[in-house]
Amino acid sequence: MTGVDTGAMRGPTLAARLGIDRSVTIAFGCILLILCGGALYSREFLSPEYLLQQLQVGAFLGIVASGAMMVILLGHIDLSIPWVVTLGAMMATAMVGWGGPAGVWLCIPFGVFCGAVVGVLNGLGVAYLRLPSMIFTLGMNAVVQGLMVLHTGGFAPLDQATEAMHFIAVQRSLFGIPNALFVWALVGAFVIYLLKRTAFGRAVYAVGNRESAAYLSGVNTNRVLIGCFAFSGAMAAFAGVLLAGYSNKAYQNMGDAYLLPAIAAVVLGGTNILGGKGNYLGTIAGVILITLLQSILSVMQMPEAGRQVIYGCVIIAMLLIYGRGAKARS
Amino acid sequence: MSNWRYWFAHNAGVLTAVVLFAAMFTLYISNHSAGLTPAVATTAANKAVLLALVAMAQTLPVLTRGLDLSVGMVFVMANCIASVIVVGTVGEGLLGIVAVLLIGALAGFINGAIVVWGRLQPIITTLATGAVYYGISLFVRPGPGGDVQSDIADLLTGQVFGVVPAALVVLFVVVLVVWIPYRRSVLGRAAYAVGSNEQAAYMSGVPVQKAKLLAYTLAGVLASIAGLMLTFNTYSGEASAPIAGTYTLNSIAAVVIGGTSLFGGWGSAIGSIFGAFVLRTIEDLLFVFDLPPLWQPLFQGVVLLLAVSLGAFRILRVRNRLELFS
Repeated sequence: MTGVDTGAMRGPTLAARLGIDRSVTIAFGCILLILCGGALYSREFLSPEYLLQQLQVGAFLGIVASGAMMVILLGHIDLSIPWVVTLGAMMATAMVGWGGPAGVWLCIPFGVFCGAVVGVLNGLGVAYLRLPSMIFTLGMNAVVQGLMVLHTGGFAPLDQATEAMHFIAVQRSLFGIPNALFVWALVGAFVIYLLKRTAFGRAVYAVGNRESAAYLSGVNTNRVLIGCFAFSGAMAAFAGVLLAGYSNKAYQNMGDAYLLPAIAAVVLGGTNILGGKGNYLGTIAGVILITLLQSILSVMQMPEAGRQVIYGCVIIAMLLIYGRGAKARS
Repeated sequence: MSNWRYWFAHNAGVLTAVVLFAAMFTLYISNHSAGLTPAVATTAANKAVLLALVAMAQTLPVLTRGLDLSVGMVFVMANCIASVIVVGTVGEGLLGIVAVLLIGALAGFINGAIVVWGRLQPIITTLATGAVYYGISLFVRPGPGGDVQSDIADLLTGQVFGVVPAALVVLFVVVLVVWIPYRRSVLGRAAYAVGSNEQAAYMSGVPVQKAKLLAYTLAGVLASIAGLMLTFNTYSGEASAPIAGTYTLNSIAAVVIGGTSLFGGWGSAIGSIFGAFVLRTIEDLLFVFDLPPLWQPLFQGVVLLLAVSLGAFRILRVRNRLELFS
């Protein structure tokens, strides 16, 4: 009797404590598989330089996905990401022109702040108007698009990135590791802390599992909703600021390429799209997986048509392995 | 009397969309320099019917509490394929149309099969299959171009008896041949049951799987009809991701404006048609009122946001706060 039960008495295993479950294991397994497959094609795929380059590109997606994950954990979705990314980039670069000398310092916080404002509005619509997040954030995306078209059409003083934005997005200051990677690591550490160590994080999972139960237990569910949407908006805008630094300017439609990969990365990482279940380690795996997949398909000079087909098929295939829902009768 | 009131309450969403559209279209026509001539009506109808068909396609999965984010991609894929195979003589063109419809049905069936047998969430499934369908569109038509059988195209985008826009007739026929029989069929009613409560539907012996499969398959067919109509309008095909994205998003908005609940089990494709008409008329209104082009996207966005926010009125009817968390 004693010898049998000790395993259960010790509580969760180390793997479980770190959040390593089946989906995370499979996602990391697929990453290794892609790398090995790439190595057969060219030795370059295993060089540290190539991998760091991929992580740098992946950092932008990782930051967007961090915000998207918080919202998906609630069982909602943020479809305003594309234009909020652009909003962050455009507001940050424009601030330099508006603020003068102070603008150079204010540009990055201002860009992130604008994204957070849109996020709060999203949250208000979802929390107090009780509209489905899918449709409300969609409308918000259209409004932000309208504002940005107006902005670039007549009022944009500048669209060039500043030195600071270029510095955190492109340069490598420590051991040749890209600064963008450090930024992603900071964002990731913050999300992990929030989800694992704070009451807010517990409330996020609670709302995602059953909002009415969370409400009856005394959780201020509306505040949780608004907080997560604000975080998602802020992170999308922050990624936009970094992208502006990366490509040296802000331009329209720069965020279009981030919505679907961000959602796909979160879901491939084992987060349930209906909310309530998922961990950040999975999202990291998902982001790296998507980035590597995109990179390898382009290195192999696969035409865009084939890239899209393979991309879609891989997502479906991976989810069929581990993302399946329960049967109706259960 | 009570029957009439019941009908009114049941169709309140659709009626709101109809009234909204009638008001906006009247405003549009009264400010249009030419007034309501057959030519003006045909142009408006040709544009509006495309979105109306895509919105109808979106309605079917939404009724089962699903979603099809690939309708826009199926629409574009049908457009690209049609610009290659709907050519030659009238007979060959008709054969091509049948082929495009079958491909649309297949695309929808694949969505449904992954959702039903693969048990994946519809959002993420159709997101991924949408990428596949877009890849196929690019493969078929790497650059814009192509052609279409011009006799069929002129017939379906012109006017019947010189008065009625043919596109509206097409839409009417689609409603008569696809929507109404579907709505009255066992599987159509099952779709509503699944959308209201899938557990309960399953327990009551409703064919849940067949209902979902049929909903997604028909969505593919309707989206490909819209793709065909686009080809007849433009005489070419283009694999454009922005067009696909716009149609997908506007179709969801049209469904909501038309009074269909995104939570499933409530609404109709007729409402979605008028929802689509409302969205299209907004664009036309911007045109006749000569709004500066730079302001148009903002105006459209605000109207879209306000229109979908109409759904918030339901919170006024809620008696118990817990009813909000559904």
